[in-house]
Amino acid sequence: MAWISNITVILLVAGAVWLARVASRSRYWRESARELWRRRRVALVVIGVFVFVALLDSISWVGGARDGDNMTAFQARSIIDRIFQPETFKEASYSAPLAGVAFYGGKELKYPGAHLLGTDILGRDVVYRALKGVRVALLIGAFTSLLVIPIALLFGVSAGYFGRRIDDGVFFLMTVLASVPSLLLLIALIMALGKGTLQICIALGVTGWVHFCRIARGETLKLREADFVDAARALGVSDTRIIFRHILPNIAHLIIITFALTFTALVLSETILSYLGIGVDGSWGQMIDQARNELSRAPIVWWNLAGASILLFTLVLAVNAVADAMRDIADPRTRREGQ
Amino acid sequence: MLGYLVRRLAYGGLTVVGVLLLLFVLFFTVTDPDDIARKAIGERAKPEVYVQWKKNHGYDRPLFLNREHGAASAARYTDTLLFEHFRRMLTFDFGRSDADDTPIGKRLREGAGPSLSLTVPLFVLGLMIGVTIALFVAFFRETYIDRAMLVVCMLAMSVAGLLYIIGGQYLAGMLLRWFPISGFDPEASVVARFLALPVLVGLVSGFGADVRLYRTVFIEEMNRDYVRTARAKGCGDARVMIGHVLRNALIPILTNVVVAIPFLFTGALLLESFFGIPGLGSLTVEAIQGNDFATLRTMVYLGALLFIAGQLLTDISYALADPRVRLS
Repeated sequence: MAWISNITVILLVAGAVWLARVASRSRYWRESARELWRRRRVALVVIGVFVFVALLDSISWVGGARDGDNMTAFQARSIIDRIFQPETFKEASYSAPLAGVAFYGGKELKYPGAHLLGTDILGRDVVYRALKGVRVALLIGAFTSLLVIPIALLFGVSAGYFGRRIDDGVFFLMTVLASVPSLLLLIALIMALGKGTLQICIALGVTGWVHFCRIARGETLKLREADFVDAARALGVSDTRIIFRHILPNIAHLIIITFALTFTALVLSETILSYLGIGVDGSWGQMIDQARNELSRAPIVWWNLAGASILLFTLVLAVNAVADAMRDIADPRTRREGQ
Repeated sequence: MLGYLVRRLAYGGLTVVGVLLLLFVLFFTVTDPDDIARKAIGERAKPEVYVQWKKNHGYDRPLFLNREHGAASAARYTDTLLFEHFRRMLTFDFGRSDADDTPIGKRLREGAGPSLSLTVPLFVLGLMIGVTIALFVAFFRETYIDRAMLVVCMLAMSVAGLLYIIGGQYLAGMLLRWFPISGFDPEASVVARFLALPVLVGLVSGFGADVRLYRTVFIEEMNRDYVRTARAKGCGDARVMIGHVLRNALIPILTNVVVAIPFLFTGALLLESFFGIPGLGSLTVEAIQGNDFATLRTMVYLGALLFIAGQLLTDISYALADPRVRLS
């Protein structure tokens, strides 16, 4: 299994580099990117750090385990695992952040003062668990969207461009999927497909598909009537070429904005799924769900909840902030004025 | 107008059929009825028990074509899961729960009251507070008040709903002891005590997105010519904002709101479940946790049906108000 995620990481990085190179050829994208960097430097750096952590956690290989440790000898472990060594770097049960003694009983800890955010009920380091959640969150929010965008574009753009039968079919499919409230649709899909990371990703993908498809179809409908498309058609340019050269570049900014908004919606709704017991293993939602009764313990145990929610909040806030700025930059009405 | 109405209604009906087909695919073909039976009565029952359970719950028919009946008889097509599924859903005969055999229709009637008593105040208060704050912020647009409010909204939008509930229960319920942490009593004198905290939490968690949306609508209206005219003829700020901008912006706001009204019935999933309100949201959560596919199916269907009805009403009222819609 390890090789799948390794190859995916390489493909994703290669794809990102390729996209950046293609985009940097156009003046519009260069200027937009510069403007975005000028307005939302901190948020972009934060997102970069999260992506970096997720990449570190996605590259894994077998070997390098401590001698005589049968548990980990044949397991692929990621770079994060190798840094934290969770097999040994743990306590018996709860310990407070940076504490020297256990939370209950006051026994000396194995690693006094080393757990930055304490340990959970099973003695696992909270910082480690929260960092492991980064990869899951990006998997839920970004990876599923990335996989579903090409399909949604195929359906949406061809529906908008060719119209008639194709449009009728796609529009009907969209109406049906959109008329089920999105949380109920997610739940129904997961219950039917079964509980598992892959199934949840499929369910999230189907829910996200509607957003992308609607945007792609609506914008293509508008662009189809545009003068430059008419001109291209009059010059004898083929439909495929019109779609790839004239329509896709003109809806790309909307797709990116929708991507950011879908990302936050998916990550936030995963926490609800976790509460319902159908979430993704190792997600922040699950950490929050497991920690929700810890607030009512007599000396309050807050660090589990805090660890997961701070990272969740930071990531969603950064993406929201970037999405907001992107919308302003893409909208010509707010582009010049208002600053 | 009549033609438009008929076409719109027909499309609504078609969408309902589409939703039912989707549910059929998800809950009868993707999930095996044998699986549902196993989850409902456990792995270790005798084979006869499974057969009897499937018979009781109507899962014992073939999917599309019943070969037990002759080629000529209609029962070949009607005595199937697909037909039964459509017949039941369209006649609102939802049958019994997969988990505990209670009639689903009865549970729905019992749950609607508590759900509405939570969602209606939440909806009305949320709308009023959201519109008031947004109007205030839009008036001060491009000032520090506006910027600060936008930042607050974005912060509020970035917190998971689960955290608002956990935080609200901890703060108001445990630390300050203002309200009971959870529970429900339909008695009129005490019901407000139980509903106060969930309504408050719901208001806080929905506030960010609402204010931003309404603010955008208001600012769009404020750029229109009639606002300049109103100012030119000497209207004061309050008169312009309330008499002109608010009144005109109410149309786009109301279209957003009307679509949400049907969902008042399906209840608030998380709020009801956390605060122990025995409404339809809690019913759905129980159905998920108890693998109760029959109830889940019903809830998804009802949610979709209400949404389609809401859209239909919005479109028709639009057509009544705006002749351009009818003719296109």
